[in-house]
This record gives sequence, structure tokens and C-alpha cells, in this order.
Amino acid sequence: MSETPRATSALESSLDSTTVGGGADSVSPSTAVVAGRPPRARASWRERLEITLLSGPAIVVFVAFVILPVFAAVYYGFYRWKGYGPPTDFIGLHNYKVILGDPEFHRAVLHTFEIAGLSLLIQGPIAILLALLLNREMRGRSIIRILVFVPWVVSEVIAGTGLSLMLPVNGAINALLTNMHVFGHVQVQWLGPHLALWTLMAILTWKYLGFAVILLMAGLQNIPEELYEAASIDGASYWQMQRNITLPLLGPTIRIWAFLSIIGALQLFDLPWIVWGEFNLDRDGVSTMATYMAHYGPRTGLYGYGNAVAVVLFVISLIVALFYQRFVLRRDISGSVTDGGKR
Amino acid sequence: MTTTTLDSAPKPSRSRRASGRPPKKQLPWGSPAVYFVALVVIALTLAPVAYIVLGGFRDNSQLTVDPAGLPNPWRFSNYSNVLTSATFWREFVNSVIVGGATTLLVTALGVSAAFVVARYRFRGRGLMFGLFAAGLMFPITVAITPLFIILNKLHLTDSLLGVILPQVAFGLPTTIIILVPFLQAIPDEIEEAASVDGCSRLGFFFRMVLPLSLPGVLTTGILTFVASWNSYLLPLFVLSKTSSFTLPLGIQQFHSQYASDTAAVLAFTSLSMIPALVFFTAFERRIVGGLQGAVKG
Repeated sequence: MSETPRATSALESSLDSTTVGGGADSVSPSTAVVAGRPPRARASWRERLEITLLSGPAIVVFVAFVILPVFAAVYYGFYRWKGYGPPTDFIGLHNYKVILGDPEFHRAVLHTFEIAGLSLLIQGPIAILLALLLNREMRGRSIIRILVFVPWVVSEVIAGTGLSLMLPVNGAINALLTNMHVFGHVQVQWLGPHLALWTLMAILTWKYLGFAVILLMAGLQNIPEELYEAASIDGASYWQMQRNITLPLLGPTIRIWAFLSIIGALQLFDLPWIVWGEFNLDRDGVSTMATYMAHYGPRTGLYGYGNAVAVVLFVISLIVALFYQRFVLRRDISGSVTDGGKR
Repeated sequence: MTTTTLDSAPKPSRSRRASGRPPKKQLPWGSPAVYFVALVVIALTLAPVAYIVLGGFRDNSQLTVDPAGLPNPWRFSNYSNVLTSATFWREFVNSVIVGGATTLLVTALGVSAAFVVARYRFRGRGLMFGLFAAGLMFPITVAITPLFIILNKLHLTDSLLGVILPQVAFGLPTTIIILVPFLQAIPDEIEEAASVDGCSRLGFFFRMVLPLSLPGVLTTGILTFVASWNSYLLPLFVLSKTSSFTLPLGIQQFHSQYASDTAAVLAFTSLSMIPALVFFTAFERRIVGGLQGAVKG
């Protein structure tokens, strides 16, 4: 899971002044114009060389391992291919017909979208409340912050391994509930088909809430303190301030988090794969598009088919991402993707 | 929840406000309700981690009799066994190599590309940025099947390089997008002053830009390292020889190999989470600060 933050609205933001010393402010604008670089389009060969030298390696690596695979997937997706020798058995759209007609894939898509929607509904409100709480100036705040972020830093494999030992019927969770002597002898099938999706949602909330909180806290830092001072002079209560100042101003951050959360849910692989195991996912109702792809890919020798699944997955992600950017993020990212960041 | 910190029961008049706040001392205590909520949240977040760490101090009969109990008596043999096993340290070293190389390369390539996007003006600059920004739509999960085939052709499967290079490629978009605003924020005047003093564009890059963008570089570096340390899907596809396994694969392997020895699995697992936790704890504040520029409020 790629849980690193990918903030889309980054470009227009001016950083806090600690980044760069303010000492250069005294240079008068006129000298700046005179001493400025020559206008664009007259890039000298030297400048071109520098550009190539500096950005070349990044572009080569990026194109080779990010862009090229996408085209390769489209190509191989038209073949029935076991991975030996060059693909020769061209079968056109057959792979895609199989995928789109496979009930197992339908279930995986359904689960993926259920997970994406539920993640927003469950994690969003909790994360906002938690970020507000952690943003308050109070003693012990920094230690609380660090502890809340622990699940996000612990790897999916570690969390998954631990949870797969805790969640079985004779595992620690049921034992803990039994030890409380309130519910009698507890034997809940947390991983079974009835509860699996909700168990997964609980796991995901536990794992990724810290990321939502860290992003929202960064957003909270950008809200000017003066607004709260003014509101408090006007007699606004704490909750009135949060509702009328914080939430609206946190809007862009919330929308970016929601975007990253949706993209993350569409890629969900590690946790269900490890906690439930490759062969129980479909039965228990927690298979995702990515686990379907991993199951029917190179691991089972179906290279052509696996690539076709990758294409379908990519197209679905792209449609969701474009749709979201078009209708939700539009006002936040004007200028970032479109004109490459203005100076 | 009640509020104490932001309450302003007696409305201060304007003139009073102008006289300034009292000098800052220690942070005030929050209300008990706030601490109670925080305590509940922390208990929930730490419970699974505590289970793993404490479970490593128990033995298998303890784990079977009462899966949710505390160590009684405490056993240290699980941890000492892991710490003296060659497998653990080999996988640890592999993870360090992969994480370190990925972080170094992503940072080096990312800063230079971000520098070009941020401070050079040329045709195709927008295109270059668009290319990297589009990379956000191609997470490694989607590309894993074709990526595996390409790595296979390049004979990079079963080598750590086969994990490092794709991780660098997929780490670049985030890094560049976080770094570009940092580099743009460096005033032109500094560059002009440097050029008046006879500093070339590249000299400016190495002598001024790198030190000035350190906060952003640190943020992206930490995020890259933690992501690499925890990465599972790519090594799972690329590495099949146990000698090249990284820790996440090692945990999985250990788990299936010693499925009955739960206590040992828990000890192995808890030892492998330490580096990422240490890294993150040490730099938590910087990460929030570094992201601040990226999520414009």
C-alpha cells in the first residue's frame, strides 16, 4: 500500500518562512529585473545540458519502471501467454471478456468499492475529531501524537501477522472478551464471511487513521491563529469555532485526504492478503481487485491474463481519480497539474 | 468534552489585548475528558502492538492456555534466539541496503529533477512536471504484473537492485511534488547574489539549494525509508531466493515455517518493527512541518 502522502495542491503554496532566510528581501525589485536571467526560449546549450544532466536520470528511471510497464501491460493483455518465450498467441479482447464475466472479479470490485466508501465514512469523522484533539495546546500532546501514529508506521506485514494470530476463534481477542466475564465464553468468528468485511474495516481504520490525522494536523497548522482569537473575542464557543472556522478552512486538506484514501482503497492488497491468506479471501468476502490480480497473475503462470487484469484495474483507478479531480478537487488543484506550477 | 484552553469567559477588551499575552511557559493541562478520550484511543492503537511485543516474552503453552494474558513468567529466550539467528540479521541487512539505497537515490534524483522544474524556464517544463504528477495515478500495485515481466527481462529478479530501482521510480512523484514548492520558495535574489559572486547554476544548486531545502528533503527521505522498510508486494514478486529476502518477506516465511511456534514468530515480528518506529518517532515533528507546505489550507 502506498500510504505516502501525495498532496496534489502543493504547488501554489508558499512555505513557511523558516525554509529560507528572509535576508534577501532587501534587494530592490529594479536590480532584480536587471540582473535577472534572460527571458525564456533562449535556453543556451549550457542550460540545456544542465537540464538534461539534472533531470535525465530521474526521467529515465521513471519512464523505465513506471510508464513502460503500463504500456507493456496493454500489449501483453492481448495475448494468452505463460511467460516463456515471446508471446505469440494473440487472442484480442478475450482476456478482457473473461475478466468482465468472472463473478469472482465482480465480487472483488464490489468489495473494493465497499471498502473505499466505508473507509471515508468511518475514518473521516474520527480523524477530524482526533486531529482537533491533538492540535490543542496541552501537556503531554507530543507523546500522545507519537503513540497515535504507531499503527501507521508499523508495516502491513507486521500488523497483519499479529492480527492473524489475534483474530481466530481461539485467539487473543476472544480470550480477552471472555476474560472480562461480561459476555460469557466468547467465540466470535471475526474472520468468517459474516463479519470479515467489518473486521477488515476495523483493521484498516486502526492502520490508516494515523495518516489521516497527520495530514489533517498539517492542514490545521495553516489556519491563522487570529481567526480563533477574533472568534473568541466575539464569544464563540470552542465547538462553534471548529464548525465555522476549522471545518471550512480544512476543506482542501479533507478533500485531498479523501482522494488519497480512495486511491489507497483501490490498491488495497497487503492486509487482507496476509490476515486472511490468499485462498480464503474470496470465500470470506474480503477479496479486492489487487488480490484478484496477484492471485491470477505471474504467481499462477497466467502472464497475459494478469496483465489484462492490471489494465482493467488501472482504468478503473484512472476513471475514479479523474472523476474525483474533476468534480471534487477542481478548485484545489487549479494550476498544479495543468500549468506545471507557476513561479 | 468540555473546553478549558480556549474558553475566554471574561471578554478581554481591545486595549487589554494590545498589552500582550503573558509570557509563554509550560503548556497547560487539558481537561480530564480530553485525556480520557486520548487514553482510550491510545489503548486501542497500541493493543495489537502490545500483543506482539509481550507475546514474544511468553512461551507457547502460555499463549495456548490464555492467548490474552501477560507474560508469567517472562521468557527472554524467544528474543535472544532471534537476535542470535543469522537469518534475522541477513534479512535485516537486506532491508537496510534496500531502504538506504532507495532513500539515497530517490532523494538525489528527486531533488535534481525538482530543481529543474522549480527553477529553470524552458519549453516542456510543464510537460515534465505533468509526467511526474501523473505518476501519482500509477501506484506500484497496479503495475506489479508488467513490472515483474520487465524486471525478468532485465535479469533483475532475485536481486536487491530489482526492488530498489522500481521503488525509486515509484517514489519520485511524491518526492518531487513535495520538494518543488520548497525549491520555488527560495528567493530569486539569493540565486542572483550567488551568480554575481561567480557561482554557476550548478554551484548554486549544490551550495545553496541543497542546504536550504533540507527540511523538505528530510521529510521525503523519512517517508521513503519507512515505505521501503515496510514494502511487501514488490519484494514478494521480485525476490524468490531466501538469501535475498527483506524483513517483511522474512516474517512471512518465518510465520509459515514455524507456524506452531507462535511465540518465536511474535518475537521475530516485534524486533523487525523497531527501526521504522525509531526513525519515525525521532522525526515525527519534521514530517508534520514538511507536509505543511504540501497541504495548502
